[in-house]
Amino acid sequence: MKIIVNTHLKKGVLDPQGKAVHHALLALQFDEVENVRIGKQIILQIEDGDKTKTLKRVEKMCEDLLANTVIETYTIDIED
Amino acid sequence: MKIVVAVFPGTNCEIDTKYAFEKIGCDVELVFHKIDTLPKKTDLVVLPGGFSYGDYLRSAAIARFSPIMKAVIEFANRGGQVLGICNGFQMLLEANLLPGAMKRNQKTHFISKYQHLKVINNNNTFLKKLKVGDILNIPIAHGEGNYFISEDKIKDLYDSEQVILEYCDSVGNIENPNGSLSQIAGLCNKNKNVFGLMPHPERAIEGILGSSDGVKMLEGFLK
Repeated sequence: MKIIVNTHLKKGVLDPQGKAVHHALLALQFDEVENVRIGKQIILQIEDGDKTKTLKRVEKMCEDLLANTVIETYTIDIED
Repeated sequence: MKIVVAVFPGTNCEIDTKYAFEKIGCDVELVFHKIDTLPKKTDLVVLPGGFSYGDYLRSAAIARFSPIMKAVIEFANRGGQVLGICNGFQMLLEANLLPGAMKRNQKTHFISKYQHLKVINNNNTFLKKLKVGDILNIPIAHGEGNYFISEDKIKDLYDSEQVILEYCDSVGNIENPNGSLSQIAGLCNKNKNVFGLMPHPERAIEGILGSSDGVKMLEGFLK
């Protein structure tokens, strides 16, 4: 199965890249943009098996390596 | 004085670091990241600067799980002295040997220049040869040096004498090149045996390089 992990800076943690992109969008007259946050997407191909067990394992991957939980949060989605 | 400098794929400051410690009379050995035990009688482990594993995922995120890092973490937990410079500092944060995390510099640029630093605390091995308030001129070179820790923990860092260096201007006024919380440039752990800083003292050891302020810092480790 395909697992999509998204990581991004926590709410309240200033995102320098997001801010720079926001400025650039405003310079291009996309005035409707109120805020930009940039994250990473990590796509994992995992052998099919018990979904609950897989989700638990991926959560551990996030905690150990994929996200730095001091500054980042993450979401995990299964793509069937 | 036996110093071990750990080398990861993408590390690029190991020779400068070896040169600097040899200049102050230390015996220096470079150790590859695949080695899982430290040489006998190691007095200090230095994690040098560079771009370990190409900074993939996050700076130092992958290096933190190298075999050598397991030995370094055990060594630090037994009270062994560890110094992380730049990418090495990032490794210590990723390994939870020091608190907090690094973000992309506030203005998103890579910064490479001389920067003044102020000694905030010298009640530790590393900065014992300097006085509180001393101003040093040391190069910085990083893209992710924007130090972050949650607001509720920052007071505790100062109370427990863990903030050792802050960025400043040439006369000691506040200056913040990268957006770090409270201009923090260097930290130690509560036990004061693990040190991390973004600036490169090993690049400021001879007048011809523009500054020799790094010598007094590194000499702190001499027995």
